[in-house]
Amino acid sequence: MPRDDSLVDILQRQGVSRRGFLKFCTAMASLMALPPGMAPAIAEALSKAKRPSVIWLSFQECTGCTESLTRSHSPTVENLILDAISLDYHHTLQAAAGTAAEAAREHAMKEFFGKYLLIVDGSIPVKDNGVYSTIAGMTNLQMLEDAIDGAAAIVAMGTCAAFGGLPHANPNPTGAVSVLDIVKGRKPVINVPGCPPIPVVITGVLSHYLTFGTIPDLDHNHRPLAFFGDSIHDRCYRRPFYDKGLFAKTFDDEGARNGWCLYELGCKGPTTYNACATTKWNNGASFPIQTGHPCLGCSEPDFWDAGSFYTPLSAPSMDVSKVAATAVAAGAAAGVAFGLYDQQKRKKARQQHKAVTAKDLED
Amino acid sequence: MNETELLTWLRGPGLQISVAIFVVGLTFRIIQNLTVGMAKNQAEPKGTYFGPGVATIFRRFKFYPRATNRGYFTIISGYIFHIGLFVTLFFLEQHIQLFKSIIGFSWPALPPVIINFTALVSIAALIAVLIYRIMDPVRQQLTTYQDYLVWVLTIGPLITGYFTMHPLGVSYTMLLSIHIISAELLLIAIPFTSLSHMVSLFIARWYNGAMAGYKGVKS
Repeated sequence: MPRDDSLVDILQRQGVSRRGFLKFCTAMASLMALPPGMAPAIAEALSKAKRPSVIWLSFQECTGCTESLTRSHSPTVENLILDAISLDYHHTLQAAAGTAAEAAREHAMKEFFGKYLLIVDGSIPVKDNGVYSTIAGMTNLQMLEDAIDGAAAIVAMGTCAAFGGLPHANPNPTGAVSVLDIVKGRKPVINVPGCPPIPVVITGVLSHYLTFGTIPDLDHNHRPLAFFGDSIHDRCYRRPFYDKGLFAKTFDDEGARNGWCLYELGCKGPTTYNACATTKWNNGASFPIQTGHPCLGCSEPDFWDAGSFYTPLSAPSMDVSKVAATAVAAGAAAGVAFGLYDQQKRKKARQQHKAVTAKDLED
Repeated sequence: MNETELLTWLRGPGLQISVAIFVVGLTFRIIQNLTVGMAKNQAEPKGTYFGPGVATIFRRFKFYPRATNRGYFTIISGYIFHIGLFVTLFFLEQHIQLFKSIIGFSWPALPPVIINFTALVSIAALIAVLIYRIMDPVRQQLTTYQDYLVWVLTIGPLITGYFTMHPLGVSYTMLLSIHIISAELLLIAIPFTSLSHMVSLFIARWYNGAMAGYKGVKS
């Protein structure tokens, strides 16, 4: 595929009509909460966009993010957009292996210095100089450090790259950290968390970058506001049941069968910001809550250490009953001790009491 | 510490610490009050202690307009606040889940729309009694800093809780954390302030009733 081809050329060659392309642009404008008039602007910009060089680094991860982005049931425009970028290095997807693969990465970094988009999935272990994860003998930490300077922007793909994720969970044996912890403001970082992240979100971020040449508006966790601006709870189709106070108590009771709110079963929807409830998964087929399972909160920092997945948000994340029982015993013992001391004191005072007669006062 | 870590800490160690202080302090207060006991009465008993004491605990919920000089405003606003707080605290689904996880059983919740109403009514009653307290010269003289402190500590969880139910674009995680902080501060303060009347009130009523009962009169 020639690098000079524009995106629209590539899409047309793959059988995507101009109508399909415009529909995609309109959907993107809508998803990114842009005014409807921006759809032609996106189409215009995308049709002129040259294939950007993308270097994809996979560190301490499970490959779930790559699986999520590449395994759709049918080819979609989103997939084709992904196909249309020049993925110059991705050690799971690329054909090259060993020295040739690393040479491709080094070549892309040199040729497109200052222009390539750096996508990272997986956390970076930093304990013991990062020896816990290496590629071609190079630590993840070193590989990321080498790639930061030449990147136009960095996308931290998935919760591990965005917030440390599962490797960062207690006790974090490898000292895993997020991409942002390493980059520290040297380059713009877009976090696209999720375990895994939603494919259309990364397509949206890429489209925004190709259209405007800038990164989208981000929240305090560096997540694109267009996709992470609302909580799952606010957009959940089961929200009316929450508002009415109708909750499923178990996974197979009448409430569960009626599709009532899963709050009591531990749903983290209220504290989770993501687009699952609006874009859904598998070409809009469903999302976890729709299948009857509470949201785990996977796009939030430290979701793994936030207590049980099946404990309601308002319930304690640790055992409080034993503490309360011990406190009753301690309080009662202290109260009895104080009472006995007080009684002794009063008894002593009574014993020491001397009657005063009128004669004593006269003297 | 990020938002999730803060919330997790407040739901874990933070709650354990505040519940421990609350329970130790309040149990100590109850046992202390009971062990102080009553002065030995040399007179021949005309009745019993226990039954009349218990009866007085309940009898004093009733309002006798002629038997008090406190006026209707204090009584009515006091009742509205306490009933509103009771319903809000014990009949919101989220609160019931908290109690269930600690004491092991639960009860039916009321719809959030009713809880919104009771919370707002409680907040309004608390604001009203504060204004009355500030405007009334006698009450002003009787007021100490602790009275204002307990007012703030009491209205805190109600207001933060209301906003947690209505996030208005602010992070729910942060609002929930602030609500839990305000509730935990209240728990810690209860044994050390006049808020301990949540148990001492009933003990005082019992003593009153018991002393009267011993003399064979109704209290």
